[in-house]
Amino acid sequence: MINIFEVNETNKMIEHENLDVRTITMGISLLDCVDSDLKKLNENIYNKITNCARNLVETGEKISMEYGIPIVNKRISVTPIALLGGAACHSSEDFVSIAKTLDRAAKEVGVNFIGGYSALVSKGMTPAEELLIRSIPRALAETERVCSSVNVGSTKTGINMDAVKLMGEIVLETAKATRDQDSLGCAKLVVFCNAPDDNPFMAGAFHGVTEADCIINVGVSGPGVVKTALEQVRGKDFETLCEMIKRTAFKVTRVGQLVAQEASKRLGVPFGIVDLSLAPTPAIGDSVAEILEEIGLERAGAPGTTAALALLNDQVKKGGVMASTAVGGLSGAFIPVSEDQGMIDAVNEGALTLEKLEAMTCVCSVGLDMIAIPGDTKASTISGIIADEAAIGMVNQKTTAVRVIPVIGKGVGETVEFGGLLGYAPIMPVNSFSCDAFVERGGRIPAPIHSFKN
Amino acid sequence: MKKTIITVVGNDTVGIIAKVCTYLADNNVNILDISQTIVQGYFNMMMITDTSASRKDTGTLSRELAELGDQIGVVIRCQHEDIFNKMHRI
Repeated sequence: MINIFEVNETNKMIEHENLDVRTITMGISLLDCVDSDLKKLNENIYNKITNCARNLVETGEKISMEYGIPIVNKRISVTPIALLGGAACHSSEDFVSIAKTLDRAAKEVGVNFIGGYSALVSKGMTPAEELLIRSIPRALAETERVCSSVNVGSTKTGINMDAVKLMGEIVLETAKATRDQDSLGCAKLVVFCNAPDDNPFMAGAFHGVTEADCIINVGVSGPGVVKTALEQVRGKDFETLCEMIKRTAFKVTRVGQLVAQEASKRLGVPFGIVDLSLAPTPAIGDSVAEILEEIGLERAGAPGTTAALALLNDQVKKGGVMASTAVGGLSGAFIPVSEDQGMIDAVNEGALTLEKLEAMTCVCSVGLDMIAIPGDTKASTISGIIADEAAIGMVNQKTTAVRVIPVIGKGVGETVEFGGLLGYAPIMPVNSFSCDAFVERGGRIPAPIHSFKN
Repeated sequence: MKKTIITVVGNDTVGIIAKVCTYLADNNVNILDISQTIVQGYFNMMMITDTSASRKDTGTLSRELAELGDQIGVVIRCQHEDIFNKMHRI
């Protein structure tokens, strides 16, 4: 039987170390909503979402209350919208109307974000996909809860450089369209390589076409729990360190698995996956950078950071995989700058640069995430950053992404405040040498060879 | 049987157990096991209870116990046992 010490350990994690379930995300397929009449398409989408997710928020809150574990976000991901609009949408305007429908549906069921205003263009773009991509700046400026993502490359297909070029421009236009909110629109836009179909985390969540009609995915968190656990093994060898991370990740993930199973049972929706991610928040003690410091670095970004992050990421997976029946999504340590107080401090003190962050993305999940850059950064430079990150993902057969925010009207040294879970960020300098001619070439970078690994 | 773990943590004072037990009795919650220690001067109690005969659901019990805790000056949590079983047992 459970004893008082075990009970106290769990409750200490929840109360003092920010253990929570970061999100319950319901994935909803909208493929059966397709219609050639735009009005009917919008109506079908609204009805399907509000019907599937009507009990999502209430169920999440009940589970949270009964088990005494905070469930921070309840969210929805849907089929990439570019796949639905081919027959009904003849302009970017038409696609914006779908974004507004998604926003309305999200508000109706009470979720704080809805992801899937997306296009998967890793090899080529259909006219509908291009229209959707061109509509992103307006869609994000005119809605509140809609999140958008575009997959521009994969290990199997290579990188679609036409899409990369376009996305550099779109990121900048989105920043301009939301300039009065410090370019907040860009915080809701992710450019992926190897995007997963079942990611529950925003802004990159969408419900892939390989998925069932409706599923429940859960994202766990708990950087604070790992950090506190590691305080007990200060100065010990790497084996001891790794063992401690694995054990802690196991415990954290078990909570996610429990919540996922309960939510799935109560909502009558199949369980999809648990995403084993260490997702930081701006709260003190909820930071991945602080784990790196606890491992032995003065600040995140110091030499040794990439190695420390690699071991952290791997041990989290090893511990988490055993704790869950199905693992998926992004699964790894997140390193969003604005959402992690330790990262913000590291940038402010000059320990962490964009180039080091890029190196770190080679060994952990996601990529250049929530990084504020100067508003006068050129579109082609953003395309270059996207291409670099996509290349890392393509060659290493992993998911990478770019979510940078060119803050219009602000420059290096200034700070931008996004509020809430999105946090705040110092604006980081970007390499000012040009990559115009590279980006202008157009076409595709071919898929890498899968032999002669070096 | 629906087992619920109730924990009470806070400054030790007269009548904590009495008040919590009275509430549980009034709401038809059966106590299966109690363990209690004092950690660094703090009162620390865990009860394993069976709430299946109670008319109130775990959410309501949890909220009302938290309110009772506020009156006594302690923190009372009421959680389904599965969160602990899952985390600490394979």
